[in-house]
Amino acid sequence: MMAMDWGYLFEVSLTGIASGGLYALAALAFVLVFKATRVVNLAIGEFLMAGAFLFMTFAAMWSMPLWVAIPAAVLACGLLGAVIERSMIRPLIGEPEFSAFMVTIGLSSILVGLAELIWDPEQHRLPDFMPTQPIMVGEAFLSPKVFWGAMTAVVFIAAALLLFRFWRGGVALRATASDQGAAYAMGINVPRVFSLAWVGSAMLAAVSGIIVGSIGGVSSTSMGVFGISVLVVVIVGGLDSVLGALVAGLLIGLIEALASTYLGGEYKLVATFLVLVVILLVRPYGLFGTREIERL
Amino acid sequence: MRIGTFKQSYVADAALFDSRTQHVWLAIAGLLLILFPFTANEYWLYLGCLVAINIASTTGLNILTGYTGLISLGQAAFMGLGAYTVALLQLHFNLPLVLNLLAAGAVAMAGGILVGIPSLRVKGLYLAIVTLAASFIAQFIFANFEFTGGTAGITMQPAQVLGVPLDTSFRLYWLIVPVTLLMLLGAANLFRTRIGRAFIAIRDRDISAEVLGIPLLRYKLLSFGLSSFYAGVAGGLFAYFYRVVTPESFPLTMSIFFLAAVIVGGMGSILGGILGAAFMTMVPEVLRLVFGLLPGAADLISLISPIRLVLFGTLIVGFLIFEPLGLAELWRRTRRFFHLWPFRN
Repeated sequence: MMAMDWGYLFEVSLTGIASGGLYALAALAFVLVFKATRVVNLAIGEFLMAGAFLFMTFAAMWSMPLWVAIPAAVLACGLLGAVIERSMIRPLIGEPEFSAFMVTIGLSSILVGLAELIWDPEQHRLPDFMPTQPIMVGEAFLSPKVFWGAMTAVVFIAAALLLFRFWRGGVALRATASDQGAAYAMGINVPRVFSLAWVGSAMLAAVSGIIVGSIGGVSSTSMGVFGISVLVVVIVGGLDSVLGALVAGLLIGLIEALASTYLGGEYKLVATFLVLVVILLVRPYGLFGTREIERL
Repeated sequence: MRIGTFKQSYVADAALFDSRTQHVWLAIAGLLLILFPFTANEYWLYLGCLVAINIASTTGLNILTGYTGLISLGQAAFMGLGAYTVALLQLHFNLPLVLNLLAAGAVAMAGGILVGIPSLRVKGLYLAIVTLAASFIAQFIFANFEFTGGTAGITMQPAQVLGVPLDTSFRLYWLIVPVTLLMLLGAANLFRTRIGRAFIAIRDRDISAEVLGIPLLRYKLLSFGLSSFYAGVAGGLFAYFYRVVTPESFPLTMSIFFLAAVIVGGMGSILGGILGAAFMTMVPEVLRLVFGLLPGAADLISLISPIRLVLFGTLIVGFLIFEPLGLAELWRRTRRFFHLWPFRN
């Protein structure tokens, strides 16, 4: 048994927490939709994929400058979210939750298929846009892409939280989340809030897709794997809790980094799933989720 | 036209198939199933076997999702458990085929019950994610443990029944189709018993069901167990059919395939399971056929797999939005039309 190398452990943990920030951003996109519309979006990873592919198309194929390509990709992804909400989710309002959940499974299959048709199933690299200066935290080395990715995620999470808190649309969103009927009665246009939630979620997902893609590349399936980790994050954190998404994001990022370093890469998903099962057995509604009280 | 189905005894009233018309059609269907292998070529026999295996597994998932209302994304993993059980038993012990299949069902059932344990506290999406977790853990075991042969998987010899090796689709047909029919009959009868009705009650409102005296944990576990038993036996048939079992044989997309089959066919309907599984199995084949007819077919081969994904997704979404009761409902509507045909009702 090798002696414990504390410096290395610190380095791995740091990387884990930094990539956990990316999980937190994607998880925020998920929670946004769930809180407002009660729809579990299983296609969250595919939204990330769409964002990354759109960015690649704009920046690499149509050679737009970065400051145009990134907002354009985010906006295009938001449009995609709006189209999906109108065509697939809204017809199911009032149907059992199960239906909307299944629709998102179908949606993820459609998006992966379309991505393979439009681009191809190969792994693609996104154009580099982040600084490449290595980052040292004390003795520990942190990959610059991961560091700047995490920083961007933090900025966007903070911006999203501020919007929820102070922007009119954000307040409408929180009102709808807490009581749909009352929100209606107060004159909030609830269907519009639904659209808003999907657009916002798709845009956040696009941002995190662009970051994740520029760290590890993007293919039609790689984001699906990332999306599964995001699902674990939101389940562990509690589906309707923003705080839960953030905390669980960091936690899962850390666990994945530790598991894949000390046990081997193939243990990454298994370790997170074991954590998931244990947490669900102890707290069925996740760490910070609201306990639903069912009445007959 | 089918009118005047009067019943004179309770036995007649409780019969699974209660009218002369149904008996006639069943007889015709049975005859077709018997004649099919003698007339079809190797390709259609292969498809027939595949459809039958998928019907068995879809029916299992229908018990869990369609009748008990518990979503599972792990059906393929349970099939994998069954397939690996058969392959290992065949390889090491060479037991008779029926015992192997039963063992496959039993092992998958145990796995299903284990996965079902959280189902009392955890519901809906949370449960779906637990089954997803289970399927990844199963995948991990298949790929990384010594006795499952790692990523290379296990290759097995054809099974022997009474000295006849089951090595062609024609011979396998006589194993797969009867087993599937038996399982279908079992499922159809299940929902006429206390257990099946308890499942339906749980689906409709689980708390009400508990108030009515249905022990939730026991019945939910039973539903998980039965469903994965079906998956396990189907997986066993799968192993005999392909004679090679690898971790890649049972990907997550396969679980989604079964879920799609249940939805497209019609949740909570045995006929729906049959129609859905047959339809979903045939879709890629029809797609391949259509592509074969197009000019420049060779260039288009690489497009089949993504188009299949899009088509599967569109089918799921389309059926959920436009026909939530699935093909079974379309079938019922057609049948109702012909009940009084040629008179208007």
